[in-house]
Amino acid sequence: MSTLSASGLYVSLGQKSVLKDIDLTFKSGQVTAIVGPNGAGKSTLLTCLCGLRAPTTGQVFLDQTPLLSMKSAHRAQKLGFLQQNPEIAWAIDVLTMVSLGRTPYAGFNKLTAVDHAAVNRAMAQTDMLPFADRDVTTLSGGERARAILARALAGEPEWLLADEPFDGLDPRHQLEAVKIFREMATTESKGVIVTLHDLTLAARLADTIIVLAEGKTIAIGTPEEALTPSILAKTYGVETRTIMSETGPIIHIVGLSR
Amino acid sequence: MIIRQRSLLIGLTLILVILAAISLSAGRIWIPAEVWWNHLFSNTAYDPRWAIISELRLPRTLLGIIIGGALGLMGAAMQGYTRNPLADPAILGISAMAAFGAVMSLYLGLVIQNNWTLPVMAMLGAIIGVILLLALSGLTSGVITFILAGIILNTVATAGVSLALNLAPNPWAVSQIVNWLMGSLADRSFDDLYTASPFIIIGCLMLLSTGKALDALTFGELGARSLGINLKSTRWILAIGVGLATGAGVAVTGVIGFIGLITPHLMRPFVGARPSRLLPASALAGACVTLAADILVRLIPSVVEIKLGVAMAILGGPFFLALLIAMRRRLT
Repeated sequence: MSTLSASGLYVSLGQKSVLKDIDLTFKSGQVTAIVGPNGAGKSTLLTCLCGLRAPTTGQVFLDQTPLLSMKSAHRAQKLGFLQQNPEIAWAIDVLTMVSLGRTPYAGFNKLTAVDHAAVNRAMAQTDMLPFADRDVTTLSGGERARAILARALAGEPEWLLADEPFDGLDPRHQLEAVKIFREMATTESKGVIVTLHDLTLAARLADTIIVLAEGKTIAIGTPEEALTPSILAKTYGVETRTIMSETGPIIHIVGLSR
Repeated sequence: MIIRQRSLLIGLTLILVILAAISLSAGRIWIPAEVWWNHLFSNTAYDPRWAIISELRLPRTLLGIIIGGALGLMGAAMQGYTRNPLADPAILGISAMAAFGAVMSLYLGLVIQNNWTLPVMAMLGAIIGVILLLALSGLTSGVITFILAGIILNTVATAGVSLALNLAPNPWAVSQIVNWLMGSLADRSFDDLYTASPFIIIGCLMLLSTGKALDALTFGELGARSLGINLKSTRWILAIGVGLATGAGVAVTGVIGFIGLITPHLMRPFVGARPSRLLPASALAGACVTLAADILVRLIPSVVEIKLGVAMAILGGPFFLALLIAMRRRLT
């Protein structure tokens, strides 16, 4: 089992401190969802956990190795990052885009059989095979999000850190993405960390929920423990009611809290 | 219409060979193929026309291939790195910085002490130019900040050149500098070729090595880093590669613009948009475009030969306009 841990993480951008004293440990074989209001520092936390941003103080360790001391290609093989709505500068086709997910393995221009297998699997998992020859810049928002997910999956990382991966997906593809993340964690014992806004989806997806507000961790626990009406009222300022259903708790947002 | 990489490169090489043959023959005096044939394979008397080929047109042609190839490659690499279809060493002020360095060495009289000062100063100017450009644009690579940074560099470098001209001690020095600034392949010798080519080749090899990073940069800086690309080293390789190739090129031919800008655009329909695939194709196509333009310049009947740099600027204007119209159509 692998662990990804942040200790004493503190990030300030100019005068503003975005993350304050974050201590977290993530375990592989689990899906962890980070939720919190806009500007809570979710994306900043995710980029720190990926080694893509150096925290002002504190460190992130992958199995006791400080992330920032790892070689970038090696780090990228271990930790896959799914960026929210990334720039796609050139009109490349979907197959090329997904193949670029193999970049950390130096598989470049000439893909090996292993690379091809990984790319094919990622395309199949995300329903993108029919789009292989399509120009990425002509895709719809949801198709684009799936292509981005496919690119991240093609890298076959041990840890997948995804920033708003459900953004723009229709209900069917949202559930398919949930299935992909769950299978990565339970069947392949990989670590999955996602940020998202839909609390019900978070409760359905995650083993552990982290509630972040103003750069601090407010609550950590199972969906039932972390998404209580009192915590949500404190962090989001909304009144909620939890309805139990066969697929997990439904977080119904009743209205603004006073 | 995307052509397979290998067929495209073979096709471009064939075109380049044909253009090189024409470039050796064409000019004020047309030299037919039988002169080559006789010189190389039969023992007929020495044909004085052979001297035109070996002393004038051969270095000119070779220089055209190397400089043109470097310009095409630099355009493709800079457009890939900045994700900006308007990037090229001339537009972003790097050629002007190289020219400024070279003019300073002329103006300060350093050239008299040592022949090497001119190319060294030109390369230094170009490398400083690229570093300033990357620093000024804040690495955000937004189209606007990049163009603005390029305009600033161009303005500063051009002002420096103008100042040197303004303060030049005699009209002869002025005409020397102006003549050289216009950019041309005419009357270059093998010495020029030997001076420039090692640096241009090293610079080009550095740029060719950035393909993987350029591909990953399709997803922006964060995206590229998440794919394990070390952008810091990419940036240095690019800065030094472009600096060496532009500096050495400008040192022997003066400023030749637009080839770096247009070649990647000519090649994209055939190779697709993937930046790494564009690099070798643009290098070969840049050499073809340069040779073709240089042949054209020699064949235009004019009293004084039109300089290649001037001709490219004349051709570049309409091309730029077409590019702008195409971009606007895509945006609206």
